[in-house]
Amino acid sequence: MIYLDYVSTTPLRKEVKETYTQLLSKYFANADSMHSLGYEVNGLMEKSRSLIAQYLKVNDNELFFTSGASESNNMAIKGVAFAYASRGKHIITTKVEHSSVYNTFKELEEIFGYDVDYISVDNQGRLNLNELENKIRDDTILVSTMLINNEVGMINPISKIHEIIQKKNKKTFFHVDMVQALGKIPLDLSFVDLASFSAHKIYGLKGSGLLYKKNSVQIVPLINGGQQESGLRGGTSNALVNIVLAKTIRLALEQLDYNYQYVLSLNQYLRKILNEIQDIVINSPSANVSPYILNLSCIGYKPEVLVHDLESQGCFVSTKSACSSKKNDISRTLKAMGIDEKIAGSALRISFSHLTTKEDIDEFIETLKISLQRVKKQR
Amino acid sequence: MESSHILVRFGELTTKGKNRKLFIKKLCDNTKEILSSFNHLKYQLTFDRLYILLNGEDPKAVSEKLKTVFGIHSFSVCYKVESDLDKIKEVVNEVIEKNEGHTFKIDTKRNDKDFPMKSLEINKAIAGYVFHHTTKELKVDVHHPEILVKVELRKDWTYIMDNVIYGAGGYPVGIGGKALLMLSGGIDSPVAGYLTLKRGVDIECIHYASPPYTNDLAKEKVLDLVNELRKYTHGKIVVHMVPFTKLQLAIYEHSEESYAMTVMRRMMYRIAEGIAKKNHCLAIVNGESIGQVASQTLESMGVINEVISMPVIRPVACMDKLEIIRIAEEINTYDISIRPHEDCCTIFTPKQPATKPKSYKAESFEKLWDYQSMVQECIDNTSFIVIDDQYKNNDEIF
Repeated sequence: MIYLDYVSTTPLRKEVKETYTQLLSKYFANADSMHSLGYEVNGLMEKSRSLIAQYLKVNDNELFFTSGASESNNMAIKGVAFAYASRGKHIITTKVEHSSVYNTFKELEEIFGYDVDYISVDNQGRLNLNELENKIRDDTILVSTMLINNEVGMINPISKIHEIIQKKNKKTFFHVDMVQALGKIPLDLSFVDLASFSAHKIYGLKGSGLLYKKNSVQIVPLINGGQQESGLRGGTSNALVNIVLAKTIRLALEQLDYNYQYVLSLNQYLRKILNEIQDIVINSPSANVSPYILNLSCIGYKPEVLVHDLESQGCFVSTKSACSSKKNDISRTLKAMGIDEKIAGSALRISFSHLTTKEDIDEFIETLKISLQRVKKQR
Repeated sequence: MESSHILVRFGELTTKGKNRKLFIKKLCDNTKEILSSFNHLKYQLTFDRLYILLNGEDPKAVSEKLKTVFGIHSFSVCYKVESDLDKIKEVVNEVIEKNEGHTFKIDTKRNDKDFPMKSLEINKAIAGYVFHHTTKELKVDVHHPEILVKVELRKDWTYIMDNVIYGAGGYPVGIGGKALLMLSGGIDSPVAGYLTLKRGVDIECIHYASPPYTNDLAKEKVLDLVNELRKYTHGKIVVHMVPFTKLQLAIYEHSEESYAMTVMRRMMYRIAEGIAKKNHCLAIVNGESIGQVASQTLESMGVINEVISMPVIRPVACMDKLEIIRIAEEINTYDISIRPHEDCCTIFTPKQPATKPKSYKAESFEKLWDYQSMVQECIDNTSFIVIDDQYKNNDEIF
């Protein structure tokens, strides 16, 4: 099997799995119980929080365990939008966000009557910073952008965006979806007010995520309930999952530079070969881009058909973000980049890992060549 | 620039004549225990110094732990370079760069008399290099430099010594025998324990638990406090847990409300003495501070203290609360102490405790029941917990 869909999700890391299994058989108590069973679990969970805070260089009380990045994104965006509605109802995001951000903004726009601006990108996926600067107003309460795009991999200039926001309106909060960046590139949270993270993209458990929220930012909780997560997310803590998040993140941050260089070499190797194949264009930009993601189009082919044919040969890739894969339309990101519909309509997304080998890449290319030969063009 | 070793200077103990050998041995043993998590360290002892060879261990992490070893006056991280003036200059400059401060002094000792320059000339040459290459605004101050770099030039190797880091001072723990610390969970008693350790007296702790009126969280709080205190010992402290419920209820049943606290403290002292004798402790230590609460007036102390003959040390007796808090913050016990869990001194608090109790009155309440056998029962049934590296050690989970 050749798995090249690590951006959709990753296999569970052995160390994390072992720890989690051990914890499952040892602890079951409610972390908020008054007795020693509960207190023990709570102690471990808080230690996890404090270690993660160390790894991310923030304070313990600025981190909130969630069920994943979609929840973190919802919690951050709606949380800020509702908490600061009296200050203004203008919020800004981009045209290329993950669906959990994009659709949250759509909901705020269509159901809650917020005024939303969607910033455009150029053909390299670069954010139109002038447009952003012009759109920020006195009543703008939030700007939300991703750090690394999940479909083509471009990296947004977070510090520059922070600067622009500071220049235009110091009261505007800045949320960044960092899902595809954690464990891949070094992070600096000092530029942002809120940030979202996910565990299953870094060889951790599904149903595990994290929200960073600066102490100075208020949010309205989406799930009201008990005292868990400082009262910002009710519901019995998913304690064991939260406990292993520390190990998940620690291991993901180890050898970050080494893995980056390694994956970069794989990416460059594949790009070089793909450039020589007729009918293939690379949609990912060539600069300011994460080497972990490579978006390409096999012109004329229906991507779903290619995915299935590659699969029949033991090769797993995807067409676009898994979260919106079942809609049979072209990728919102590629469309926003102004890529020709013919090309955008036949896009495949390859994503790498430090586990990927050069032999995997070679085999993928052979497989792809076979598919391109035997699958009939439909477009 | 990799540091090769740490030079440790001994404290007050160098003045102690014939006991010196004993002191140094204790200090070295304690140091090794405290640093036992660093596997690659090697030790070399000379007449008045201890050299800790790092063998690749992180000097910063080792330094942090060294700061908690009583008996160490000061220490310095050292770098080993070839005896080549250019290389020496580079390292000295790096050392000055990474230290805070804007005045410096270079102090060279030339052991290798064949070296073509004299010590003063070497100082000047290095300082000249530093002035040309530093990114800081620097001045030389030969009397009170903020950064003092010592250079020891030998035939093949030169040792460059970083700024002096002050140690915890005091005497090596254990040299002064062992005492029993009464640990309630409040702010004062851990500080009393710390100050006792500083004078070289090892401690064991005693805690009175009255479940279900006091809970596991109160117990955990005490163990967490001990876990902080043990960093100033040789890494290990024994805690004796007294099952106090039955006796405490009997006290409240047989005493007038205003005297219940006095009688309770007398019982605690009796138990403490029993446990101390059993465990070869030579004194009892507690966190009593004159006048702070009803049981800590001189009158109360007298009536409470008179039931035992063992010396009772009260290291914080004459300290202001704020002074005590300052030390508690320094030794990381304050945040633990303020956790809001009840201990046996705070449950059933009388509305108006006697601040000037009389012995005969306390005795008259004690005559009402056979407290002696209950005290003995407490002593016999006391269990102990050893707090060491294994306490809350859940590293494998993280």
